Amino acid sequence: MTTAAGTPTDRSVLPVTERYTLLGWLRRNLFSDLFNSLLTLVALASILIVARLLLRWAFNTAEWGVIPANFNLIMRGQYPAIEAWRLWLVIYLLGTVVGIVWRLIVGQFNTTARVLVAIPLVLMLIPFFSMGTRLYLLITAVASFAGYFIAGYLPILHRGRAAVYFVIAYLVVMLILLRGVGAEDGSLPPVQPILWGGLLLSLLLAFFGITLSFPLGVLLALGRQSRLPAIRVISVIYIEFIRGVPLISLLFMGQIMLQLFLPDGFPLVDRVLRALVAITLFSAAYTAENVRGGLQSIPRGQYEAAQAVGLSTYQSTIHIILPQALRAVIPVLVGQFISLFKDTTLVALVGIFDLLGIARTIIANPDWLGTQQEVFAVIAVLFWIFSYTMSFASRRLERRLGVGQR
Amino acid sequence: MSENTAADEIIICQDVCKWFGDFQALKNCSLRVQAQEVVVIIGPSGSGKSTFIRCINRLEEHQAGDIIVDGIPLTRDVRNIEQIRSETGMVFQQFNLFPHLTVLENITLAPIQVRKMKKDEAMETAMGLLNRVGIPEQADKYPGQLSGGQQQRVAIARSLAMSPKIMLFDEPTSALDPEMIKEVLDVMQELAETGMTMLVVTHEMGFAREVADRIVFMDGGEIMEVGTPEHFFTNAQHERTKLFLSQIL
Ligand SMILES: Nc1ncnc2c1ncn2[C@@H]1O[C@H](COP(=O)(O)OP(=O)(O)OP(=O)(O)O)[C@@H](O)[C@H]1O
Ligand SMILES: [Mg+2]
Repeated sequence: MTTAAGTPTDRSVLPVTERYTLLGWLRRNLFSDLFNSLLTLVALASILIVARLLLRWAFNTAEWGVIPANFNLIMRGQYPAIEAWRLWLVIYLLGTVVGIVWRLIVGQFNTTARVLVAIPLVLMLIPFFSMGTRLYLLITAVASFAGYFIAGYLPILHRGRAAVYFVIAYLVVMLILLRGVGAEDGSLPPVQPILWGGLLLSLLLAFFGITLSFPLGVLLALGRQSRLPAIRVISVIYIEFIRGVPLISLLFMGQIMLQLFLPDGFPLVDRVLRALVAITLFSAAYTAENVRGGLQSIPRGQYEAAQAVGLSTYQSTIHIILPQALRAVIPVLVGQFISLFKDTTLVALVGIFDLLGIARTIIANPDWLGTQQEVFAVIAVLFWIFSYTMSFASRRLERRLGVGQR
Repeated sequence: MSENTAADEIIICQDVCKWFGDFQALKNCSLRVQAQEVVVIIGPSGSGKSTFIRCINRLEEHQAGDIIVDGIPLTRDVRNIEQIRSETGMVFQQFNLFPHLTVLENITLAPIQVRKMKKDEAMETAMGLLNRVGIPEQADKYPGQLSGGQQQRVAIARSLAMSPKIMLFDEPTSALDPEMIKEVLDVMQELAETGMTMLVVTHEMGFAREVADRIVFMDGGEIMEVGTPEHFFTNAQHERTKLFLSQIL
């Protein structure tokens, strides 16, 4: 944690006129000496050239028609259009739960909250959206606001615990809605996961890959430090094996070999689920190594103090060691999760239609020949938006948890 | 509990030996401590003082000899170890507070988790203890926001929250700036006056002279000499004791 006084450009020592003016800032940071000025000019020129090329391409050359025409495909893959209302319901509920959890955890309608509510409203401005889509986006914004509002009136004692229950309940409802239950002609007919695709699938793979691999990784990291040799050896072998293999080979193994490991008569596991298993197992090994770094940063005195006040090994792990170890590795873990999110695109190579898989089918379609640039540009922007959001959120979280660190 | 030992002997160490690899850090150390007694341990650096008191709550494992704390023999049995630890508080040179918890949470954690105390009750006890060590206004701060002397007083309060019968101190004032030493020593003296059994490793001879019932001198892993402060400061027997005292007084 650096303090304001420790930063190299300490404002208080500068003349008054230069402290807060744009010119002062420019001079200090970009034109402090000849070499710095030269660098600034070269960088500026390169940025201008690239930006001009990009803009010219985007506004003159690019054929954006491919995006609206395939928009549903990009968003949800082969998920049947008549069942699309379920996806919207999932989104409304997401808005509501975010609102509720925000009220319970953060407690105030601050700038970030306003930005969050504004997202669906801004999306309404996208030119090719139908009036229906715009209405649904509006409902989402209203739902999140309603969630925030209602949560203020709920008689809740343990706010943190309640928030966790809400999230878990949401995930269960979400999976039921997505997957469907009952008969083919019922009100919620099943939709096989292999039909899920596009952004929907990419986000689901990343989310469940992260949330399932995290606890597994923490257990492996603890296992690697265990006093019991059997547990230690199993953890080390697992971690080192997985880290020695590329994800793509795990994905292929998952598709081909997972069935061999399962007992006879076990229902055939869905292809998407098999990919998720591979992603989870892969990510867990990396989580374990990152968490181990955090565990090693805890001074021995912390273990001793915990023992001395009578905490059992389990209690000291839960209350003393893990909270500090995990806090120390938040940036690394988030970095790992961001790359996992991007790595999920490898599932396209085993015949699953995530964002990248969908992109490949679109450009292979004779109607849309020669639109690779447009399609991949949009996919890249989508990935960037979500990756950047994750890293932004992690920086916020770090700052929030930073209180009271030595 | 203590029927099977001599009356009121709360710590019994008999021929305790400890090796780190080939190096013998404790050589046949024997010491009996009465309940409510204050014993100060002195000796040159590396003489085994820390190792000795850390054996008593099993932060180090001794390899030969017996240690019996409040009638409970210290063996490999985890239940015995946990019981002894919950009856023994320890204060470290480096405080070792939990930096991610507030002062109040530092103090209430073990009572809630180990003693299964109700949260309200634990908080009340903790506030009482913070009053006793003189810093009730720091309850909601994090350890990193306190001075060294305040941190060490929190550490003492944290140990006391488990209502221990014995307090072990390993150079509690050695990491402190001179002006903070007194505030910690005052708390320790007050604690001694309330009848707490205390084992204190320290270089503070003023404290030893005033508060200790007995002083133990260690050198080279051995207990060389045990006696009252008066005995030590007027007619110490061993040459090495005299040499050590002449160096630090
Ligand atoms: N974990 C360890 N591994 C190996 N040797 C150790 C270990 N801990 C202590 N020792 C050795 O045991 C001897 C006694 O150490 P101890 O820390 O008990 O001394 P001390 O009397 O407390 O000294 P000081 O006044 O410097 O704290 C020293 O020679 C030390 O090097
Ligand atoms: Mg020592």
